Amino acid sequence: MRFSRTSKALGLAAIAALALSGCGAGGTAAGSGTTGGDTSKVILVDGSEPQRPLMPADTNEVGGGKIMQMMFSGLVSYDPNGKPVNELAESIEGKDGQNFTIKIKKDQKFTNGEVITAKTFVDSWNFGAAAKNAQLSGSFFESIKGYDEASAEGSTVDTMSGLKVVDDQTFTVELKQPESDWPLRLGYTAFVPVPSGALADPKGFGEKPVGNGPYKMADGGWQHNVQIQLVPNPEYNGARKAKNAGVTFKIFQNDDAAYQDLLSNNLDVLQTIPTSALKNFKSDLGDRTINKPYAGNQTIAIPEYLPEWSGEAGKLRRQALSMAINRDEITKVIFSGARQPAKDFTAPVLDGYSDSIPGSENLKFDATKAKEAWAKADAIQKWDSNETFTIAYNADKGGHKAWVEAVVNQLKNTLGIKVEGKPYATFKEARNDATAKTLTGSIRAGWQADYPSLYNFLGPIYKTGAGSNDAKYANPEFDKAVSDGLNASTVADGNKAMNKAQEILLQDLPAIPLWYQVAQGGWSDKVTNVDYGWDGVPLYYNITGK
Amino acid sequence: MTTYILKRFLQLIPVFLGATLLVYFLVFSLPGDPIVALFGDKPVNEAVASQLRAQYHLDQPFWVQYLLYLKSIFTFDLGQDFSGRPIAAVLGEVFPVTARLAIMALIFEAFFGILFGLIAGLRKGKLFDATVLVASLIVIGIPIFVLGFLLQYFIGVQLGWAKPTVSSAATVQDLILPAIVLGLGSFAYVLRLTRTSVLENMSADYVRTASAKGLSRFKVVRVHILRNSLIPVITFLGADLGALMGGAIVTEGIFNIPGVGNRLYRAVLSGEGPTVVSIVTVLVLIYCLSNLLVDLLYAWLDPRIRYDS
Amino acid sequence: MTPDENTSKHGAAALVERHHEHFVADLAETPLQATDRVKEDKAPLSLWGEAWRNLRKQPLFLISAVLILAVAAVSLFPGLFSGIDPTSEACQLANSDAGPADGHPLGFTQQGCDVYARVIFGTRSSVTVGLFTTLGVLLIGGVMGAVAGYYGGWVDAVLARINDIFFALPLILGAIVLMQLPMFRANRTVWTLVVILVTFGWPQIARITRGAVIEVRNADFVTAARSLGVSKFGALMRHVMPNSLAPIIVVATISLGTFIVAESTLSFLGIGLPPSVMSWGNDIQAAQASLRSNPMPLLYPAIALSITVLSFIMLGDALRDALDPKARKR
Repeated sequence: MRFSRTSKALGLAAIAALALSGCGAGGTAAGSGTTGGDTSKVILVDGSEPQRPLMPADTNEVGGGKIMQMMFSGLVSYDPNGKPVNELAESIEGKDGQNFTIKIKKDQKFTNGEVITAKTFVDSWNFGAAAKNAQLSGSFFESIKGYDEASAEGSTVDTMSGLKVVDDQTFTVELKQPESDWPLRLGYTAFVPVPSGALADPKGFGEKPVGNGPYKMADGGWQHNVQIQLVPNPEYNGARKAKNAGVTFKIFQNDDAAYQDLLSNNLDVLQTIPTSALKNFKSDLGDRTINKPYAGNQTIAIPEYLPEWSGEAGKLRRQALSMAINRDEITKVIFSGARQPAKDFTAPVLDGYSDSIPGSENLKFDATKAKEAWAKADAIQKWDSNETFTIAYNADKGGHKAWVEAVVNQLKNTLGIKVEGKPYATFKEARNDATAKTLTGSIRAGWQADYPSLYNFLGPIYKTGAGSNDAKYANPEFDKAVSDGLNASTVADGNKAMNKAQEILLQDLPAIPLWYQVAQGGWSDKVTNVDYGWDGVPLYYNITGK
Repeated sequence: MTTYILKRFLQLIPVFLGATLLVYFLVFSLPGDPIVALFGDKPVNEAVASQLRAQYHLDQPFWVQYLLYLKSIFTFDLGQDFSGRPIAAVLGEVFPVTARLAIMALIFEAFFGILFGLIAGLRKGKLFDATVLVASLIVIGIPIFVLGFLLQYFIGVQLGWAKPTVSSAATVQDLILPAIVLGLGSFAYVLRLTRTSVLENMSADYVRTASAKGLSRFKVVRVHILRNSLIPVITFLGADLGALMGGAIVTEGIFNIPGVGNRLYRAVLSGEGPTVVSIVTVLVLIYCLSNLLVDLLYAWLDPRIRYDS
Repeated sequence: MTPDENTSKHGAAALVERHHEHFVADLAETPLQATDRVKEDKAPLSLWGEAWRNLRKQPLFLISAVLILAVAAVSLFPGLFSGIDPTSEACQLANSDAGPADGHPLGFTQQGCDVYARVIFGTRSSVTVGLFTTLGVLLIGGVMGAVAGYYGGWVDAVLARINDIFFALPLILGAIVLMQLPMFRANRTVWTLVVILVTFGWPQIARITRGAVIEVRNADFVTAARSLGVSKFGALMRHVMPNSLAPIIVVATISLGTFIVAESTLSFLGIGLPPSVMSWGNDIQAAQASLRSNPMPLLYPAIALSITVLSFIMLGDALRDALDPKARKR
């Protein structure tokens, strides 16, 4: 994630407002506030083997991320609707959007008894940022003053000058420049405190992490490639108090196997129904399912460095492609409703979302207009009819093949051009081509929010030179519009400005938005009170036995 | 014979060097930067990436990487995988599970393949022969990921005779269904090989002689036909043991078995060189040993076969 | 022995009961047969000539030949068998998983493609992959295995160990590496797949061949031929190989099917044929997602695949019968 360096002050009120409002559809069986149920049950859920040692700042994928979220508690956490809720923070204040004073609650402890003070936070963040510690999520600290020095290659500086301990309960943060939405990011895993033992021996700690969250790891709880056992932390007093006797993550190699286990009651909760069961799961599970949109989407990015996709002709062609895709049909037929047709570049669960931004008609299926736009483009620059337009995807995970094929067929049928899916054997091969600007056609791109805001779906992906800008889109007008959004003085204005920026995107279409992610999961008849968070992850702490 | 066995063990040295070199080279040639992939679709932090590259020697030229790996083997420290675990520990976890699975699959395919093949051969052209032909066609024509899924769904979920996935202990009982699925593909080979071999031997001189001498049909079949028909079957089974151990990616995926195939697959996808090479090296050693065993069995089954000359 | 003599002998033997009256094997299957053949000059040719004569008379061969010709015809001229050309008429999602309809006898896939047309048009790539991979592994594996088993000693040591190394190479690793070579990267076709499957498929045939040759090389008729002055290589080609073929044929015919299926598994992993190439394997793999709700699109390509494999298995059986002097009489 990369953040704007041009944003200005924006009151703390706006921060909360950038967060999600509670417009999620809510679970079918239970809301998060539901009480009752058997709290003595250990819940068996699906997980995947963490890629890296379990250090919060080194964990950037879902398998380890879920565990870290449950074992650690940071300054804030997000409630089911994505609103930040104070956990360890007593208060976070920063009038100018650049200097923040953070007060933490008293008598907070890790499960090994170590007391959490302001210094714990400062040390943990410094550790995450310093290059010599090679933490994957280090760049989450990049807004803090002194990050560049600490994170430079071969740097011996291991502290950031922007962090200062005032007393045991207080520390201050100075950013490089005003970034008013900065406190909103503090719910992300990289910002949690870690005990001093972790900094001395990160490798050993990564095997047996000790945290301060609602759960702690059972003795010998991580059986690699088999399961990870978490038990409640009795000392935890935050908003996510465990309502069960523990959560065991059974490691699965694929969702199909997990689904079969769910059907035979060998698994309590399955986060994602596999595509092979989309047509059957409702009859298999009855009302023990959930269908709830979360902050993620799927797009097809089209690099502007390809000559036939640049300039006015390229823009018209991208509009033609977009209007040639029948999103309603694909989400219904291929996904059985597990996706929602996209109407913008963000996600509907976010505050400020609008499904009727001017230009959103470019995302509606209209064969006639699509053909017209294509013909117009041809008049400017002829499309070589022997050329094949490719949609690249990675075949190793994610199950993208079916929908890519469906899109391919629709484009062929509507526009009469040659279109093909282009599978990459591995994700890393795909990433390589995307970052090295060696793509020969379009590539699918999914985005899961790191923190709940419209900006997170726009800035890091479409701003000039942004780290995840696969299309290599560069439009100063858009860049300015996004900056305006971060500089706005009221919430509504900020969101309005972000949506103004989206109007530009909806015309240029550096990526073609396809659909929003929908969390579609199921559970066994042994458990109840299952609901999902804003990020599509079940609220494990809330699940009880029946 | 002892000299022969000794020679074969000495051959393991060049095999080991050749295999590690070749596999390391293949992993080295894999497209994409494994460290970049660790960042997912998040921006890559170059300082961190170069640290990690140095940690896994990925910044070194191929020869240096390979020699460093060889050195790590001779110091009995195979290095670490991306999650920071010693590779030796990983090997110790995955091989016992897959060995159980592979041996069970081998027993299954050998027993039923030889039994059915023998009967089919003795009753060539009869109903039984035709039935097993159709059965083997099903096994050949439908991929393992479909057959495995169906068996798992009907036997595991619908009938509840077995757990659909393997428990953390991966006990023999848990592995029965996966072993059958894994062995099904090879079952067709064993069956057809036995049948053909039996057909060939039934008309051989010694079988006719034995029948003419008045030996019971059972004894003729057991001593003369079966024993002499086993050489191609044994050859196949010996080669198959290794294939079952390394090639169980799909079966292990269906039944969620934490074994060799799964770990190897993940290591290849993420480009973890030392993990891949270590696993494959063990596999090569298993191949060599099973091949030696097969060669010794030849001599036992057919005394005319000599190696010492 | 002249062909005539042989046939008459054959006829006579066929009349003999299973329990033979004479306890001495008849001439055709003693080492004498081999030595006789050596004296005649035309041995290799007449061996195959003989086999052909026998083959033509077998009903098994005739059935398999008809089936194979049918498969070949479908591969070469799919347009003759299907009114719909799925290469130009793309699939309509509106027809997703629909049952049989007018002009669409086998119904539709999840993507709304006509199953019948896809099975017909998928024949060519699937059969190409199966057939040419099998031929390739037979050639490489057969030679390597035969030489290793027959010559033994250090030749065996070197070849068999190379075999071991290749056997252990994970197909997926090799396939990913080969696929990114510049010559394959831009243009992935069925031939790319054939090269990959041959590269990693030959060790199995090599092992089987080696085992079969080791079994035969010490047989009396080989020793006899050698003592009568047949060169070492000549004995391999004329006496050892024809008598080692049975297990090789069995493994090759079944492998033909497994190679077609392997294509499907590789497609599943993103390293098989590109999705735009129609093949049974691609279709089987795609249909797996809706296996429980609509198994038909999976069943039909699997049946086509099974029929193809069946015809080659029958051909193999017939060929083996024709080549093997002992089994031929039965």
